[in-house]
This record gives sequence, structure tokens and C-alpha cells, in this order.
Amino acid sequence: MSGRIGRGPFLGAALLLLCLAVLPTRSHAIEVQRVISPGGIEAWLVESHRVPVIAMEFAFRGGSSVDPEGREGLANLASTLLDEGAGDLDAAEFQQRLTDAAIDLSFGARADAFQGSLKTVTTHADEAFGLLQLALTAPRFDADAVERMRAAVLADIQRRVAEPDWLGRRAFYDVAYEGHPYGRPLRGTAATLAAITADDLRGFVADNLVRDRLVVAVTGDITPEALAGILDEVFGALPAGGPPVAVPDTRPGAAGMTVLVERSGAQSFMMLAQPGIGRDDPDFYAAYVLNHILGGGGFTSRLTQQVREERGLTYGIFSYLANFRHSDLMLVMSSLSNDNVGEALAVIRAIWRDVAENGVSEDELADAQTFLTGSFPLQFTSTERIAGYLRRVQLENLPIDHIDRRNDLVNAVTREAVARVAARLLDAEALTVVVVGDPEADLAPDLRVPAASLAARELNDGGS
Amino acid sequence: MYLSQRIGILALLTNLFLMASAGPGAARVFDPETFTLDNGMQVVVITNRNAPVVTHMVWYKVGAADEPPGRSGVAHFLEHLMFLGTGDVPEGEFSNIVARSGGQENAFTAWDYTAYFQSIAVDRLPLVMELEADRMTNLAVSAERALVERNVIIEERRQRVDDDPSARLNEQMFAALFLNNPYGRPIIGWEHEIAGLTLDDALAFYRDWYAPNNATLVVSGDIDAETLRPLAERTYGRIPARAVPDRNRLVEPAHAVERRVVLRDESVVLPSWRRFYLAPSFGEPGANPGDVYALQVLNEILGAGSTSRLYKALVVDQGLAVGAGSSFSPSDLNQTAFAIFITPRADADLVAVEAAVDAEIARLLDGDLPEEELAAARERLAIEAIYARDSLFGPARTVGQALTIGRALEDVESWPERIRAVGVADVLAAARTVFDPTRAVTGMLVPTGEAAGQMAGRPETGAPAAGVEEEIR
Repeated sequence: MSGRIGRGPFLGAALLLLCLAVLPTRSHAIEVQRVISPGGIEAWLVESHRVPVIAMEFAFRGGSSVDPEGREGLANLASTLLDEGAGDLDAAEFQQRLTDAAIDLSFGARADAFQGSLKTVTTHADEAFGLLQLALTAPRFDADAVERMRAAVLADIQRRVAEPDWLGRRAFYDVAYEGHPYGRPLRGTAATLAAITADDLRGFVADNLVRDRLVVAVTGDITPEALAGILDEVFGALPAGGPPVAVPDTRPGAAGMTVLVERSGAQSFMMLAQPGIGRDDPDFYAAYVLNHILGGGGFTSRLTQQVREERGLTYGIFSYLANFRHSDLMLVMSSLSNDNVGEALAVIRAIWRDVAENGVSEDELADAQTFLTGSFPLQFTSTERIAGYLRRVQLENLPIDHIDRRNDLVNAVTREAVARVAARLLDAEALTVVVVGDPEADLAPDLRVPAASLAARELNDGGS
Repeated sequence: MYLSQRIGILALLTNLFLMASAGPGAARVFDPETFTLDNGMQVVVITNRNAPVVTHMVWYKVGAADEPPGRSGVAHFLEHLMFLGTGDVPEGEFSNIVARSGGQENAFTAWDYTAYFQSIAVDRLPLVMELEADRMTNLAVSAERALVERNVIIEERRQRVDDDPSARLNEQMFAALFLNNPYGRPIIGWEHEIAGLTLDDALAFYRDWYAPNNATLVVSGDIDAETLRPLAERTYGRIPARAVPDRNRLVEPAHAVERRVVLRDESVVLPSWRRFYLAPSFGEPGANPGDVYALQVLNEILGAGSTSRLYKALVVDQGLAVGAGSSFSPSDLNQTAFAIFITPRADADLVAVEAAVDAEIARLLDGDLPEEELAAARERLAIEAIYARDSLFGPARTVGQALTIGRALEDVESWPERIRAVGVADVLAAARTVFDPTRAVTGMLVPTGEAAGQMAGRPETGAPAAGVEEEIR
């Protein structure tokens, strides 16, 4: 038939030349404006009037890592309650006001930040920002709402303890961050959740929702002038500051350790972990490219090629860099039949040894760079996603022109830099291995824990 | 409701058909342009100049519900094989070329369609059109490689279904709900039938169904029809049309009994209560589209979010549950399901939970539906249609899905008007047709050893409404 396209390995390159000639890329620079309100509150704005929608993504540094001892889960519970009654509005009235205007408002606790997201159509913007201001400055924590959300969080924990990937992460953070806030469960346990009082919640708000921990990103149908006024209205009444965030920097422990969480089922969940690299490390982008080559998205990574495409051992395997504010990780995850665990582990370790010793090829580097730079604009296809990206840039202390600079940073990575960072980071023997399941291979685990006892620990409410 | 795909990125699309014809608040929703190639392939362009990128999708009008008996999973198996090479593009090269171009790609299979997509810089669009057109007719995979892929799919099934009690319950509930309709078979296939699939099975399915006249091209992003037309003519336009089979679907007989499905699993800590009612869809022959629009509004009132009737009754007022909601996705060719999901509190009695749901339904069937409540729901859906425009992937998916089940672009564009026209009598009439206990399956997920009269479900706050955006990483 006629839909034929060239032949052999030159196909791609030939077509690319053709395409470049056909459809030149227009310039669509994303212009980020720094807006500073009369009251001194800063926001980063991408103004766009294509769709009558405004998205605001903000965060207060701190998050669940500052939950008090014995009150683990406080930030998370608070995040479910700010929109459950505020000011003169009880929970039902507050929710009805959001619903009637189709305003999306949500809060969430992460390890290092307490985040909020607001989306509204322009015609309901005043209502949306007014409700947000109430939620942040006058949450009620009425007893019925607190009990309702406490039950919902408890149910969330009950659901998670049955999931293999949750059990694997729990087991890993237990051994790798023992004694550090990152070792504690973000949602708390049944016992710590039960211990949280309305006063604790008020204390959380007073200490954490403060202006010197705030970052704000806004996108959409709004001018900088209008936004400046709104920033003062929404955030101006918050306290200037709170107690310092006292979370120590740390490295993950448990190097070389193997943990088996015993659980019956068709598959095992497997997680491998090792120290990562700091966001401000000069070799961060080399590591970022390295991770893409090892286990980044799509079908081209070494892990996907060798574990899935060549051997059919799993439906999915991937790796990623996890940068907490005070610790850095590199993680590999996969679900696979119990029979396949031993072989997959051997393949992964062989890849780690090979790349630590030999680095990557010129082609692999070039392909990773073209993918990472070429796919970068795909993150900016909706107002929410642009705002979410800019919030992350601020939380990571990157400059306001980061979007313009980011592809240059990726392209500047050399094969030598990748080899250097691979030799520094990758150590097949030092990987922490957590398997949840009933693997056929003998993993000779250093620690063996039944899934039921891990679950029971989370579910014991400390009462009776 | 379920999609299976090559890698698990898209998750469930469940409630997206909320916008299944979602469009804009004003007269137009997505304002698409369309034309048809000489070989019968329809092309739709949705211009969105937010970023210099496009989403390029080819939708085949064939899915798991079109599989021959005994070959469940073959549509999805073929979808996987489509990435493994053609006469001109060696194994692995398709994905390599797309990745080298900064593109993100995947595919998904549903009961009624199979779709392939790439999101990529607009200057690489001609490249992916060449590649996609090539694999429409030139697939070439070795039998050995196909067997490896079959193992990948068995792993996929174990990960998505077998090791997830909630997914297993849904699978069993669909099997119990549909007596004759092919939606009773899982899209990914039954494991024993997947294990017997061969390369020849997949290629026979491919030769039967994959043809330009049985496909729709949808491109959204930084492009317009004038620019796209010559590219489409040069790629897809060169493939000759070919006869494809009729999609003769079996239809449901009259249902006569209430059905109840209980799944006990030792890993379950938090129970679940669900009910699926047989419901009309947009593509179902003989269905009244007015009923479908009315059910979309009803879904909003009954089960969308924390001000919905189910949430208020079960979670807020009676304290029986931590989550409650409903889900309705009518972009199907056969009768579909209107689903209610409850996550009871751990100490709640499932009998009381069921009674509370039934009471809410009875209240509705008694005619308790104030005009103001309906008007507010219609207004929210109109705003959802505005949000739906704020995306690259979403509009292409909505349009592709609609056209693939035989709807017209104008149906997508007029969705807000049709929703605005839904009145109290329409909603009540639709509810009275659908909420018939003999046309429903009630499902419960309980820990091993528990009686099915005392438990909770998962925090499905009702609508897993989260848009599945183009999160390929």
C-alpha cells in the first residue's frame, strides 16, 4: 500500500528533516510575571485569557514532617477540614457555596509542604477567592466535621494497608528513615489520628499557615493588577511567621538490606531504593538524564526494555528521583508474578553494575536529551498544570526564569557527567530491596514481616 | 468503564463521560473542524494554541465487545502488538522514534473502541502520522515476540484485576449484570482465554477491522484543518478503503431477578457496597437520548461530590459511610451501567447502608426533586463544559469517543444546550426506568469470614472524577 515510509534505521532522521521543513514551530514562550501585592505577598503569574478559567496553586512549607510526636497525621487531617466549615458557614453551607459555583478547592499534606489548589471560572472568581480566604483564616473545626473527616482518613488508612505498594513503602520508610520525621506515616496511625484534638488543628493552622512559608502560582484569566489585590485579600490576614521548621537533613539508611513483607497473592510488589542526589547538586541534571535512561517514562528505558519487552516479566517497571527537602532518593518499582522476582532482581542489578562501570552510550544520551527537552512543553497544556509546575519551581527554590533555562540545563549534560554521576550513585549491592508478596526465589531477607502485622500496627487505635 | 492499555498511565476514565459530550458553556464546546478523506476516514481538528504541541489520536471502531467467542482479550492483545513493528519499522523503533521526538505515546482499548495516541511538538506531527498510517496496514510481528507480549498482558491482568479485590468485584458485577450483552466480558479478557491467544488470532482481528474507513483521526492542539488536510491526505489518504464487518451486538433480554454478588477476601480491611443498574447509552439502538441526558443530570444530583444526595444522607446526616457517590458513562454502543458506590464506615451495618441508599432512591421515585436543585446541577454541568476545554488530551478523547459510538460532532457541541433543556419530568421518568431492582446487581466486598451484612467500601467519594490528563510521566 502507499502509506509506506522509508526503510531501516535512517527512517526517523529522514522523516524528522521532512517534518521540520513542513511545520515550523511557532514561538510560544510562557511568560511568568512576578506579582507583588501592596502588602508584600509574592505570586508568580502566567496570564492567559484563552479560556475563562483561573487556577491558583499555593503551598506553605512544612507539611507533615512537622507533625508533633504522637500527633502524626495532623497536617493531613487539617487538609481535609479547611473547607468543612469556616467563618459563619458550617460544613454543609461552605460545601454548597463551592458546589453552586462549580469551584474546585482542595488541600493536601505532603512531607514538606501543605498545599492548596483552587480553580474557578472567571465569573465566580470573587466567590472563589472569598471562600479560600475564609478557609485559610477562619476554619471552624466543628466537632461533627472533625469526626466525619477523622473517619474518612481512618478508612483511607484501612484501604491502604491492604495494598501491596503501600505496604512496601511503609516497610521501606520504616527501615530507611528510622527516627526521622520521614519515617513516620503521613496520615498517621489509627492511634495518633484518634489523639488529634480540635486544639491541635487550630495550633497547626496558627503555626503553619503563615506568610513567610507561602509560595503562590496563578494561571489564567486574570491581570496582575487584579491578582495583587486578591493576594492581600486572601493571604494578607495570615500571621507573618511561625516557629522554624526543624527537620534535619538526612540520608536514607538500610543500604544493602532486603525486607520481605509476607503476603499471599498472584504477584509481588517490588521496590528498590538508594540515595539520590540533591536538587542543587551540580550533577543533578546528569542524574536526571541518567534516571530517564535507566527507568524513565515510556518504553525506551533499559529497565522496560530488559525486564518487560525482552523477558515479559512485568507489565510495568520504572525508576524516579524523589527529592524531599531534607533527603534524596532514587527508587525503582514494579509489580510482577511471584515466579519472576528473582530473575527481575538479577536483571536490575546487572543494569546497575553495567551503567556504574560503563556509563551510557552517546545515542542513549542524545535520545534522552531530545525526549526530555522535546516533551517539556507537554507539561503546559492546561491552566492548572502550568500553575502546579510553577509552584513546584518555587518550592524547589529555582529561579523565576527556570522554564526558559531548563532545556539548556538538560542539553548541557555530557556523557562524562552521566558516567561520573552513575559511578557515584549506582551500587547494585547497596540497593535496599523491599518485596511484598510470596516470591519463589529465596531472597535471604534481613527482615521478614507478615503483611498482617504491618497492617495491625497502623490500625491499632491504642485503645482497648 | 474500564480501559486496558499498554502501560498503566491513564487509569480509569470512569467519570469522564460526564463530559462524554462535554462542551463549552456558550453555544459551542470545542468548536471543531472536520472533513472526510476519499477513503472514508473522518478527520477532526480541535485548535488549541496554548502550547506548540498536539495530541494526535486514531480511533478504530472496534473494541473488546466485538471479539469472537472464546477469544476475549484479543482486541487488547492486538493493541499491544501494534507497537512491535511493521514491514518498514523494526521492533522497538516506533517507540524510539516517538521518544526521540519528545513525544509521549500510548494506546487504550475499551469495549467499543481502540485508540492510539501521541502527544508531541507540532513540528513532529507529520512524523507520527506517517508512523500511525504505516501500522494501520503493515503490522509485522514474530510469533515468539507475540508470546512474550502475552506474558506481559497476563502480568497486567494480575496487577490490575487479580491482585485488587475491588477490581475483581467490579469484573464479577459486570458479568452478573449483563446476561447477553458482551460488556459482561472483561476488556482485558479472562485469563484462561488470554493464555490461549495466538498471533494469528490477533492478525485475523486486525485484518477484519483495521481500515481507514473504520477509523477516525482526531488532532487537538496548535494546528487547524487547513494545515492538517494535506498531511492527512498524504498519509492516511493513501490507504485504500476496505469492507469491514457489521458491529452486530447482542442485546439484553428482559431481566427478571435481583442479583447479589459478594466477594470475600482476606486482604480486605475496608469493605465496600456497590450497585450497578442497567442504563441506556448514547450509542444504544432504540435508546432515547433524552433519557441519557436526564441521567447525566441525575448522576450530578445523586452522586457528584460532597453536596450530592447520597453523600449528604449516608456520610453527613446518618454517619453510616465515609464516601458515597455515583458514576454514569453513557458513551457506549450497548446498554451500560449507572453505578452507585458507597464506602461504609468500618463499624456500619451493610444492611443499614443498603436501606439508606434505597431510601434515597425511593425519595426520588416519589417525585421529590425541587426545580432549584435541578437548576443548580445544570449550571454546574455547564461550567464543567468550560473546564473541559482547558486541556489538550481531554477534548480529543471526548470527540473521538463520541464519533466512535456513532454520534455526530454536533451532538458533542450541543451538549450544554441539551443538558440545559433537561426538566424535572425528564429526570423522574429516566429514574423510574432505570432504578428497577430486577435490572440491577448489588455487590459487596467483605473481609474473609465476615457476613455480608456489616461493612464498608473504599473511599470512592462517588465520582472518580479526576480527569485523566496527559500525565505520561
